Amino acid sequence: MSGLMTVFRKELADHFSGWRFMIVFLLIYAAGLSALWIASQYIRSEVTDTSKFIFLKLFAISGGGLESLLFFMALLIPVVGIVLGFDAINNERASGNLSRLLSQPLYRDSVINGKFLAGLVTLAVLVLSLVAVIAGLGLRMIGVPPTAEEVLRLFAFIFLSIISGAFWMSLAVLFSVLFKQVATSALASLGLWLFLLLFLFFGIAQFIAGQNLEIAVMLNRMSPIFLYQEAVRMILLPTTMTGFGVYPAELFYPLSFGQSLLLVWPQIVSLIALTALCFAISYIKFMREEIRAT
Amino acid sequence: MSQQGVIEIADLTKMYSDFVAVDKLNLRIDEGEVFGFLGPNGAGKTTTILMLLGLTEPTSGTARVCGYNPTREPLKVKRIAGYLPEKLGFYNDLTARQNLSYIAELNGLKKEDASRKIDELLDIVGLSEVADQKVGQFSHGMQQRLGIADVMIKDPKVAFFDEPTAGIDPEGIEQILAILANMAKKKITVVLSSHQLHQVQRVCTRVGILAKGRLVAEGSIDHLGRDAIGGGKFRIEVQVSPPTDKLINAIKNIEGVAKLESSGDLLLVSCDGDLRPQIARTVVDSDSLLVQMKIEEYGLEQIYMKYFREA
Repeated sequence: MSGLMTVFRKELADHFSGWRFMIVFLLIYAAGLSALWIASQYIRSEVTDTSKFIFLKLFAISGGGLESLLFFMALLIPVVGIVLGFDAINNERASGNLSRLLSQPLYRDSVINGKFLAGLVTLAVLVLSLVAVIAGLGLRMIGVPPTAEEVLRLFAFIFLSIISGAFWMSLAVLFSVLFKQVATSALASLGLWLFLLLFLFFGIAQFIAGQNLEIAVMLNRMSPIFLYQEAVRMILLPTTMTGFGVYPAELFYPLSFGQSLLLVWPQIVSLIALTALCFAISYIKFMREEIRAT
Repeated sequence: MSQQGVIEIADLTKMYSDFVAVDKLNLRIDEGEVFGFLGPNGAGKTTTILMLLGLTEPTSGTARVCGYNPTREPLKVKRIAGYLPEKLGFYNDLTARQNLSYIAELNGLKKEDASRKIDELLDIVGLSEVADQKVGQFSHGMQQRLGIADVMIKDPKVAFFDEPTAGIDPEGIEQILAILANMAKKKITVVLSSHQLHQVQRVCTRVGILAKGRLVAEGSIDHLGRDAIGGGKFRIEVQVSPPTDKLINAIKNIEGVAKLESSGDLLLVSCDGDLRPQIARTVVDSDSLLVQMKIEEYGLEQIYMKYFREA
C-alpha cells in the first residue's frame, strides 16, 4: 500500500483543481441539461394514462430532431474517460517527474494504481452528480416521483456509465504507457473513439453484414460504445423491445429489473473485462519499463 | 576502514542487448565522501546511478547501498537515498511548497514535521521568497535548487546528483556547489556525475573516471594527477640564480630525487615525495639564490584528457 493513498489524493486534487475537469464538467452538464430540456418538451406527448416508468423517460426521450441524454452519454462518456487518462504516465515522464517520483520509497504500481483510482473516483463523481441533478430538476418539472424499481434502474445506469468510462480511461492510460508523446496518446485514443463512433453512426456493420441482422449486431458488439448503448437502453427503456431485433419477441415487456439485468449481464461483463485487460497490459508494461531520465 | 562502505559495487555490469553500458565496475565509497563520476556522455554514469537506486536492474554483479541490495530491497534503499535526475521536473501547477510536501508525504513525514522541514530547506536553497509560487514560473537554476531541497527532504544518508550543474549560470553553480559541500559536512555521502571538471575538482574528495562503461581511474585528484602525468612522481619546479652544475649535482644527490631536467634557470625535479624543504636547504647552502619553487599541481582537465586519449 506504500504511497498509494498519497498518490491517489494528489491525483484527485489535480483532477478537481484542473482546467481539464472544468471543461469536461461543463461539457457533460451542458449536454445533460439540454437533453433534460428536450425531454421536458416532449414528455407529455409520450406519456399516456397507462404509461409505466415515466420518470425514466426523462433520461431517454428525444424529439424534434434533438437527442436524448442516453445518446449524449454514449457520445461523451468515452471523451470523459480519455480526458482523465490520456497523459497519465507519459506526461509524468515528459515533465521529468517520473524518475524523481520513482526514486521515492513507494512501490511502482502505487503510481499507476493511484492514478487509475483517482480517475475512477472523478468519473464516478461526475456521473453521479449529473444523474442526481437531472433527476432532481426532472422531479420538479414533471412532479412524478420515481418508483423503487426506477431508482434501481438509475443506479444500474450510473454503474454502467462508470464502467464504460473506466474502459476508455484504461485504454487512454494504456496509450499513455505505450507512447512517449502526450499528443500521440491523445490522438490515438480519440482516433479510436472516433472510428468506433463513425462505425456505429454510419451503420458500417449493417453494410458489411447485408441482410443478416445477427452478424451486424455481432460486429457492432465489438465496439464498447455499442455495448454501452445497448445495455443502457435495455436498462432505461424496459417497456420497449430494444436490442435491435435479436431478442426473442415472446418475452414479456416490460421486463422486471432482474430480467433486464440478466439481459445486459454479458455487456457488463464484457465492459469490465475490456477495462481489466487494458489496465493489466498498461500495468505490466509500466512495471517492466526501464526508467531513464532521458 | 574495515567497516561497511556506504556504497559497495562489485563487478557491476549492465548490458543493453549487445551494448555494454557498464562493464564490471568495482567501487567503494565511504561515509561523508563527495565522490565524482566523470566521463563523457554515454560512459555509463547515469546507468550506474540508476542501478544503485534500483531503478534499473543490473545484468550481473552486485551493488549495495548501506548494506541493502537495490534490486531486492528497492524501498529500503529509496528511503535512505536521494536522487536528483539529470532531466529534472516538477509539477508546474503546484507551488514549490506543494511539490515538496508531496515528496515529504511519500516519504512518510508527518504534516507538521514536513512543513517545518520544508521551510528550513527552502531557506537553505534560497527559495523562501518564492515558496508559494508555481514551479512553472521558476528558472532552470531555481528548479535545480528546488531539486536539491527535494533530495534533502528525506534526510538521506547518501545523495546522488546527476549533472547537477548542467545548464546553470555561474552564480547558480556557485550556490549549488556550496550546498553540496555543506551536505558532506553533515555526514551525507554525495555522489555526483558531471563532465564539468572545474566544478567537480572543487567539491569532490575523490573521483572515478568512466569511459565506455569501465572505471579507468579512481582516487583523489592529486593522486590521480601524479599517476597520470608525473608517472607517480611529484614534480617540483625550482628557479635558481645562477644554476650551477655543482648545485644541480647536489640536488640530484638528495635522497628520493629520481630525475632532474634543467632549462635555463629552471630546474624540473621529479621525486618520490614532497622534497621542497630539502631542495630549499640545498639551494640555500650553495652559492646560488632561490628565486622561487613550486610543486606542480595537476588539474583534472589534464588527467581527464590523458585518460581519454588512452581509452
